[in-house]
Amino acid sequence: MPLLNSSQRHRVGFSLNGHSVEGDAEPRVLLTDFLRHEIGATGTHVGCEHGVCGACTVTVDGMLTRACLTLAVQIEGCDVRTVEGLATAPDRLSILQAAFRRNHALQCGFCTAGILMSLDAFLREVPTPAEDQIRDLLSGHLCRCTGYTPIVRAALEAAAELASRQPAVQSHHV
Amino acid sequence: MKPAAFDYVRASSAEEALEVLAKEGADARILAGGQSFMAMLNMRLARPKLLVDIMRIGSLDRIEEIEGEIVVGAAVRQAKLLGWDKLKAKLPLVALALPWTGHVQTRSRGTICGSIAHADPSAEMPLSLVALSGSVHLRSLKKRRRVRAADYITGMMNTARADEEMIEAVSFPVVAEHGYGFREIARRHGDFAIVACAAIVSSKGIRLAVGGVADRPEVRDWPGLSGSALDDALNRFAYELDARQDVHATARYRRELVRRVGRAVIEEAVQCHS
Ligand SMILES: Cc1cc2nc3c(=O)[nH]c(=O)nc-3n(C[C@H](O)[C@H](O)[C@H](O)COP(=O)(O)OP(=O)(O)OC[C@H]3O[C@@H](n4cnc5c(N)ncnc54)[C@H](O)[C@@H]3O)c2cc1C
Ligand code: FES
Ligand code: FES
Repeated sequence: MPLLNSSQRHRVGFSLNGHSVEGDAEPRVLLTDFLRHEIGATGTHVGCEHGVCGACTVTVDGMLTRACLTLAVQIEGCDVRTVEGLATAPDRLSILQAAFRRNHALQCGFCTAGILMSLDAFLREVPTPAEDQIRDLLSGHLCRCTGYTPIVRAALEAAAELASRQPAVQSHHV
Repeated sequence: MKPAAFDYVRASSAEEALEVLAKEGADARILAGGQSFMAMLNMRLARPKLLVDIMRIGSLDRIEEIEGEIVVGAAVRQAKLLGWDKLKAKLPLVALALPWTGHVQTRSRGTICGSIAHADPSAEMPLSLVALSGSVHLRSLKKRRRVRAADYITGMMNTARADEEMIEAVSFPVVAEHGYGFREIARRHGDFAIVACAAIVSSKGIRLAVGGVADRPEVRDWPGLSGSALDDALNRFAYELDARQDVHATARYRRELVRRVGRAVIEEAVQCHS
């Protein structure tokens, strides 16, 4: 493939939460900044910019991905999912989001978008997780407000609720 | 915390990546999973002129068993190896150590070969490769060569790789009927190890590999020691590693960890062997 020159902006087309979008980016632009400034999707948060805090976590082709450790030009043609895609409608929370709300699993909300994305991807793979699996997953995120316990509770509650749903309802959540 | 400017090439074959390396030399750098390198770019600890992204090269995304070795290609992500259904049977030590490498969210992107290329002294995969006497497959446009893992890592984040070479794969020997143990101490699960220990026990004796203390993984082999003779050997090893003090731990604490965690993993390996 051709070399993308450092001083030029290049067209990047990808799918964002199921919709085709495109924008322009120099090679050095991070996916975090690209989503927030170029595409205008500000749900993905930016904390440390070196992969540690987890605030920027999204999925790319189903893989959990730190957007701050990803270049915008790398997602050409990929399927990107962000927190904006979790709810089924603008006025409805997903099952996971509703469980967060009930359990006070967020306070300032800075870490929440990333944690929701991690849990959403994880619960698809492990529908009936044990508490220590949730805790292991959360080791990839920093939350300075909640002390994590309410997040663990919300995750287990959401997992139980999702597991008890009919498959048709579950796939609606996707 | 934004990278300086660079050009970007997404290579569609290993040959294409190698051509760029041959032409640009040290100005070009391979971008694999980005879980170490992107952070270095963001912090401007690295300022290459050109990045060569190898993650869409399908031929490098393979795990194969070839002549008694498991060969892991340069585009194989850590999560893929961890999810490989034969991992426990073929490479029990890697199955024990890999869950300690970062988090679910970094293993989903980071590669095995990238971790070995990076050669962090506390990293679990370089430690495992050295402990198992594995090797690194280097390739340039002109030639291929295989280097023993212990010779590949020449110091802290220093390796025997030449600028025009890339790691095409690494290979872990499959050794049946050995006992394995792995443990590490870190501030938090998923953080880099303060001390990491891997033990391999066979009918020939004990092998202990330690990461996080010296500037590279270090290995000692002892014929079946036990009791106080083993304690003495561990104590000698702990001093030979020349531990240093940093923000995470004092040198004395590190030595104590080598003695205690070393002993614990050896006992684990003995149990798993018998
Ligand atoms: C929050 C966090 C926690 C982490 N914790 C741990 C941990 O506990 N233990 C641990 O071991 N690691 C840890 N890591 C690092 C992680 O394992 C990285 O995936 C790994 O070190 C590098 O692999 P990569 O594929 O991401 O390589 P990259 O980051 O893309 O590259 C790393 C370096 O290797 C070079 N390189 C990569 N592939 C090749 C190749 N095929 N040929 C030649 N050069 C190559 C690059 O040029 C670069 O210099 C952590 C990372 C993060 C973000
Ligand atoms: S902003 Fe990406 S992990 Fe902190
Ligand atoms: S809710 Fe404030 S950081 Fe997690």
